[in-house]
Amino acid sequence: MDQKAEIMRSSVGIDYEKYITGPLSFDYERMLSDTGYDLETIRTIQSRTAVGNTPLVELKNLTELVRAVSKPGMGARIFVKDEAANPSGSFKDRRASLSVYEAKKRGYKGVAAATSGNYGAAVASQAAKAGLRCIVVQEAFDSKGIAQPEIAEKTRACEAYGAEVIRLSVGPELFYVFLMVLKETGYFNASLYTPYSILGIETLGHELALQVKEQEGRFPDVVIATHAGGGNVTGTARGLIKAGAEDTQMVAASVDLSGLHMASDHDFNRKSFTTGHTGFSIPFTTWPDRADVPKNAARALRYMDRFVTVTQGEVFYITQALAQIEGLERGPAGNTSLAAAFAMARQMDQEQIIVVQETEYTGAGKHPLGQLNLAKQMGIEVVRGNPKDNKPGKAIVIPQHPSQIEVVDVDLDRIRRSYLRNAFNSLPQGQTPGDTDIKFLAADTKSTQDYVREVIRELYGKNR
Amino acid sequence: MTQRATKDTWVEIHRIVLEKDQRAPQVPEDTRQVPLEMKVKGFLVHDAAVGEQAEIITPAGRMIKGRLTGINPAYTHMYGLPIPELLPIGEELRTILRQR
Repeated sequence: MDQKAEIMRSSVGIDYEKYITGPLSFDYERMLSDTGYDLETIRTIQSRTAVGNTPLVELKNLTELVRAVSKPGMGARIFVKDEAANPSGSFKDRRASLSVYEAKKRGYKGVAAATSGNYGAAVASQAAKAGLRCIVVQEAFDSKGIAQPEIAEKTRACEAYGAEVIRLSVGPELFYVFLMVLKETGYFNASLYTPYSILGIETLGHELALQVKEQEGRFPDVVIATHAGGGNVTGTARGLIKAGAEDTQMVAASVDLSGLHMASDHDFNRKSFTTGHTGFSIPFTTWPDRADVPKNAARALRYMDRFVTVTQGEVFYITQALAQIEGLERGPAGNTSLAAAFAMARQMDQEQIIVVQETEYTGAGKHPLGQLNLAKQMGIEVVRGNPKDNKPGKAIVIPQHPSQIEVVDVDLDRIRRSYLRNAFNSLPQGQTPGDTDIKFLAADTKSTQDYVREVIRELYGKNR
Repeated sequence: MTQRATKDTWVEIHRIVLEKDQRAPQVPEDTRQVPLEMKVKGFLVHDAAVGEQAEIITPAGRMIKGRLTGINPAYTHMYGLPIPELLPIGEELRTILRQR
């Protein structure tokens, strides 16, 4: 599809070809730095539209609750970065701000984004401020016409900011519709996966590291991010590193939706979550370049130290807890990493600090009530019980006690092998990886060149 | 009686983007049984009745044609019923905290 490459080039203004260094490798850092935006510049751009500088809130009651169910001396302090305070209600404003700024600077008449989530509202909000037109393409309803309530809320929000919203039924051909829109309009592709989108998040990691340092005299021990397409983990981790918090452990957390097919019309309204789930995070971690740009700037496996999952029921439980004992009613995305943080804090020392790096706004549809009412309507059982019995699409099990909240570790060795298999399957016929490729793959999987060589030998024998 | 809308009314149109037999090869079996549908809202360019072909101008200024399906269509997503499985959680947690 040559046309696709051409549309992409003109709609993001990046010549990805020039960063290619081998059949599998490209110069990731140069692709980011060539944008010309450093952290200070980004912060200035974001502050002009009141993006960023969100409060860091210590969740003292939740920490007390952790300690009530932990061994003596255990139970880390939990903090949350209240990203719902951004103009459109989520950290996605950080991603959108730089893309829209770049689009305006380059003289595009409008911006377009393929997204069913908060990012659409963020792009629409930023475009409104910049005086640019905006089109958002969503996967919004199933073949019976039933809209996913959270996406319906995003439709409303995007329209509130003056965007055109193209709502589609279920299927990956959304990408084809999106390409046609870009071709017809000549708008800037405010993709979630361009360098602008990732650089925009660096301020989040940087800010929170410095806030913790200023308040507590040291960097956090653990930062946890809800993980889907990889941008959140990537940008946050890069920001932490730039702040000097290299020793902070970066954890990715997703809702376990195993067993549900992401392109299935039947499963669409049985997921109860629209993002931050394994349906995105596993494929994107094991092969980031499946995105709507040739080289994805969101490369989560480069940065994660640990990858955990929680159940749907655990996230609804912690969402209720956050409202009821912390007085913060917030949406599901940040609460995915909060549920994981709650479980992880139990295994950490009382002196330690764990930071949940986002909250998001909540509202009709984007709320446990809307999701659980739809789940019941779709025949999904909603019960109190042991979260281990949670079965995506069949049963949502709300814990009976906070001590039941646990994380399940995703085996990173398995993820790395899967990534390397996907990389090698993408090799053009007759090409072999050179030393540059091996070095790139080691960095991209946060492993070593020896590890990469070993896995290649195991997968393909000595000849490759 | 068929509902009619006058020019400049905020409406929704519907269009089939891909028929069943045009779906992408990687689409799972159940999704392949249904077409890819599209819904877009905008202002009517001319008077039209529900069910008729109509042209709209979207908030982005694009002209799009499709079957008129909704006149000033409602946002219907909502909170709905309180969830009995969530209601007791607050008091359960406050009890644990009080016993500390």
